[in-house]
Amino acid sequence: MRRLFLPLTIVAAGMFMCAPFLIDGAPYESTMGLVQKIFYFHVPSAMTMFVSAIVCGVASAVYLFKGRPAADRLAAAAAELTSVFGIIVLVTGPLWARKAWGVWWVWDERITSTFVLWLIFNAYLLLRKYGGPGSERLAAGLAVFGMANVPFVYWSVNVWRTLHPKTTVVPTLQPGMRGPFWFCVTAFLLFYVLALSARAHLEARRAELETLYLDIEE
Amino acid sequence: MNFVQTVWLVVRKDVLVEARSREIVYTTLFFAVACVLVFAFGFVNEGRPVTDAAPGILWIAIAFSGTLALGRAFERERQNETLRALMIAPVDRPALYVGKLAGILLLLTVVEVIVVPLVALLFHAPLFSRPALLAALLAAGTTGFAAVGTLFAAMLVRARSRDVLLPVLLYPITIPVIIAGVRGTAALLQADVDVPMARAWLSMLVLFDVVFVTLALWTFEPLMTE
Repeated sequence: MRRLFLPLTIVAAGMFMCAPFLIDGAPYESTMGLVQKIFYFHVPSAMTMFVSAIVCGVASAVYLFKGRPAADRLAAAAAELTSVFGIIVLVTGPLWARKAWGVWWVWDERITSTFVLWLIFNAYLLLRKYGGPGSERLAAGLAVFGMANVPFVYWSVNVWRTLHPKTTVVPTLQPGMRGPFWFCVTAFLLFYVLALSARAHLEARRAELETLYLDIEE
Repeated sequence: MNFVQTVWLVVRKDVLVEARSREIVYTTLFFAVACVLVFAFGFVNEGRPVTDAAPGILWIAIAFSGTLALGRAFERERQNETLRALMIAPVDRPALYVGKLAGILLLLTVVEVIVVPLVALLFHAPLFSRPALLAALLAAGTTGFAAVGTLFAAMLVRARSRDVLLPVLLYPITIPVIIAGVRGTAALLQADVDVPMARAWLSMLVLFDVVFVTLALWTFEPLMTE
């Protein structure tokens, strides 16, 4: 990963530079027109957010039961990125909703579950930051619970409300839209992997530094 | 000592301590009543409660006072270092969790016995038209809430800012319980009672209980080891 980091960063940067041109070139959606273009960033961020949440949950479970510090560092990095991509999703969503539905926010299943998931991962970060020594383990427990909670939140909100366009729109995209869409998904996921590895690496360095300090003090 | 004996000893200890001071049960109960009163000012319009207000008020009062009770119950254990003593004891760790959970459930049952009739009375809600189904919803919902809450409150004993972290961690995780509790109860309060709907929510709550009690038993040991 270390050797690939720089070339991949250049590729990701290039992809994000090309993305606006591809999105511009894609056909307009017949009823929504220009507003629909936000979809090329909204859906990939949402996908990245969910991937990140799963990474955090799995890494936390590994840390909790196997005690591997590397898994904890990966989980912390993934939780931060879940929060960041969550913000992108929760900002781009209402921007679109205002134009398409006429309101900024509706309590629909997908939106509400995304919001709940985002809250859980922010709780994870708060616990790590303000929980004091040993809170990594507690945060790992929370992440495991958070992951187990996803189907329940989804099901309960689903019965409670439904309005959001289904994810089944993705395979039915017009051919002209499909290319730019998957291009954006790839760009977001590539960026995610890079940011995740950089963040986990930083955390590893910090842990190293801490052991060095402790060695000097002894 | 076997599992059931350990659970029984922990429950008996908690009940005895609480019976002597009655601190948690009184404070939690009055907090729940105060919650209901405060909500009345938000959800009563021209002397009439807004439709569907009662189930929401009931479940939020339970969630809020439950959080308070959980915090207090473990604060007591922390102050006297008794939780550490419990963890040192050569007994099954999961049995300790079940014992604490049972104690919290008993406490919340006492609170609900007072708060449910109070909400029914103050908000003109026919809460007792289907008593068995309502009791089942309350029992399953409270169990789910307390199952997650007991684990989180126990693990947060060692953390800083635990008072505020408990609700921050607990509410997002227990949102399915709140939705299922509120919607299930609302289905019972409608003009034409929607029994299948209430049953559907009840089965979701039971599933939630099974999954999260299992998960809590499974993670209690690694989470409580320092």
